[in-house]
Amino acid sequence: MKRSKTMEFGVGLFMLAGILGLVFLGLKVSGLDLQRADDTYELRANFANIGGLKPRARVTMAGVTVGRVESIELDTEFYDAVVVMSLDSSLAGKLPDDSTAAILTSGLLGEQYIGLSVGGSPEMIAEGEAIRDTQSALVLEELIQQFVSNLTKD
Amino acid sequence: MIERITHMGRRGCDLLEAVGRASIFLGQSMLGRPSAEGFSLWVAQVYAVGVLSLAIVLVSGLFIGMVLALQGYTILVGFGAEDALGQMVSLALLRELAPVVAALLFAGRAGSALTAEIGLMKATEQLTSMEMIGVDPLRRIVAPRLWAGFVSLPLLTIGFSVVGVYGGYLVGVEWLGVFEGSYWGNMQASVGFFTDIGNGVVKSIVFAIVVTWIAVFQGYDLVPTSEGISRATTRTVVYSSLAVLGLDFVLTAVMFGGLS
Amino acid sequence: MTASSLVEVENLHFTRGDRDIFRGVDLSIPRGKITAIMGPSGTGKTTLLKLIGGQLNPSGGRVLIDGQDVHRLSRKDLFQMRRRMGMLFQSGALFSDLSVYENVAFPLRVHTDLPESMVRDVVLMKLEAVGLRGARDLMPAELSGGMTRRVALARAVALDPELILYDEPFVGQDPISMGVLVQLIRRLNQALGLTAVVVSHDIKETLSIADYVYVVADGRVMAHGTPASLDVEQDARVSQFVHGEPDGPVPFHYPANDFHDDILGQGSRP
Repeated sequence: MKRSKTMEFGVGLFMLAGILGLVFLGLKVSGLDLQRADDTYELRANFANIGGLKPRARVTMAGVTVGRVESIELDTEFYDAVVVMSLDSSLAGKLPDDSTAAILTSGLLGEQYIGLSVGGSPEMIAEGEAIRDTQSALVLEELIQQFVSNLTKD
Repeated sequence: MIERITHMGRRGCDLLEAVGRASIFLGQSMLGRPSAEGFSLWVAQVYAVGVLSLAIVLVSGLFIGMVLALQGYTILVGFGAEDALGQMVSLALLRELAPVVAALLFAGRAGSALTAEIGLMKATEQLTSMEMIGVDPLRRIVAPRLWAGFVSLPLLTIGFSVVGVYGGYLVGVEWLGVFEGSYWGNMQASVGFFTDIGNGVVKSIVFAIVVTWIAVFQGYDLVPTSEGISRATTRTVVYSSLAVLGLDFVLTAVMFGGLS
Repeated sequence: MTASSLVEVENLHFTRGDRDIFRGVDLSIPRGKITAIMGPSGTGKTTLLKLIGGQLNPSGGRVLIDGQDVHRLSRKDLFQMRRRMGMLFQSGALFSDLSVYENVAFPLRVHTDLPESMVRDVVLMKLEAVGLRGARDLMPAELSGGMTRRVALARAVALDPELILYDEPFVGQDPISMGVLVQLIRRLNQALGLTAVVVSHDIKETLSIADYVYVVADGRVMAHGTPASLDVEQDARVSQFVHGEPDGPVPFHYPANDFHDDILGQGSRP
């Protein structure tokens, strides 16, 4: 068999490149974070309406991405949405308990994401607790409805 | 009229018979455990089929990523949504373009070569003489080529995607000035590892099996003359291209079309 | 079946498409002798070899090798049986991706567990026998037609088979390589005592080495005997073939309508 070392090397390189490519796609393109379990912590927030928020959406603070949405469930007691976020562990125990979470939209048609803003309370939120002060997503139809009903009232 | 119907019926029977022969062929080649020597034969074939197709696949991937970014930008900028460029480029590549285009290139570059190589071996009685020496050519010639194809095309497809995403980055971010953070950020927010990358890889595995199978079977089953070889190579490219495009529709319907 | 015959072909029938290639062929190939199967081209001599080697299945009759029915063996037993056979193909059929050395070593590597040094000794011995020990590093594409056939011969005898089948060994060879091949076939037969079947239509060379000759035509055995007895054969067709006359019972012309009518038919067009 005409099989030289260079050929074997080429095949090895080829397969290695394929695996590295898959890793690149996983990390860089799909944003799969292998170390998420280690250096993140979870916070919850209840929203009356989440609009078009989806799992894996960004969580930002002052415009900087600090985490992402893990899961969204319906709270069957209060009939509102429970959003579980995983945040960078460097923020653990540093958020005051009167911080607010708002569902915002990037641009007019863009994705929805959560924006956190820091309050001034001396008490900090512990891991796994809920942010109480939340602001729901703006739903265009509701806005229009309010606007129209205000018009007709006058 | 009756003659036409009879003719059609005969063609149908021929087709069924060919499919049956091809299936038996695939079964016979794939069964049986590979030996230590089989591995080194396989390595040689991965080189011939995979490594040598790398250049054409990567260059095509780069250009397709660049074109996607350019076209996408001109459309998205009209809505002020050019930040979604990364999302558009990556989803188009991962879900559709990389598996399909890489499979088509693979059929043209490696599939036709496989057909011609095996056909030539048949025409020069190499397969018969191997059989007379007491070695099953299905094991020795066909099986390593099949396995090499099955492994190579998914790897090539991944390479295609990576280079394509990078090509989109070059045009979108470096040239057209889309914000780098939103290119990657939008991409990461919308691409799911299993839903998008995983399904793309599954597609490419299916295409790899179909294209390699067609190529090797066409080579093994051809009429051993120079005309027969040239016709079989053409058939390989035509059949495997059609099979890839047709199967892509079916797979897309199952994976993303809500059929499941 | 006599104890001295290695291969016994009994009432063999073979059909390809609508054409009957063989309609009841009986052959008996004696052990340790060179048997020639001759006949005009297109009579399926190569097909006969493939039937003996078990690559084709007959539509009737059977082929016995050492008492075993070739076409009733399982795939595994058939491959086992083929280890005892060598076949020299018309085109040589060397594996184009292997060097001369590796080609000859191929049967040894797949069928034996010999250490590399033993393989080397056997390969060099076989190559020496065909006079091509110096060409061991060449690739098949670099060989002339005669050399290709000699390498193929070395490969065919690499495992010291009991039976060797030669498919048209003399076709397309210049007189020198033809002489070399005749020499080699005879020497292998005498030195190793192997049984040989030569399929050929080269009368002079074949008759010079064969111990026994079968003439096959029209799907049957037309005549058989020693070369000397065939030379004085009375049958018109056999003698036409043996003496190489262009026209006779085997017509020179492919069947057609009358020549005159054909010509005049064309000419009488308005």
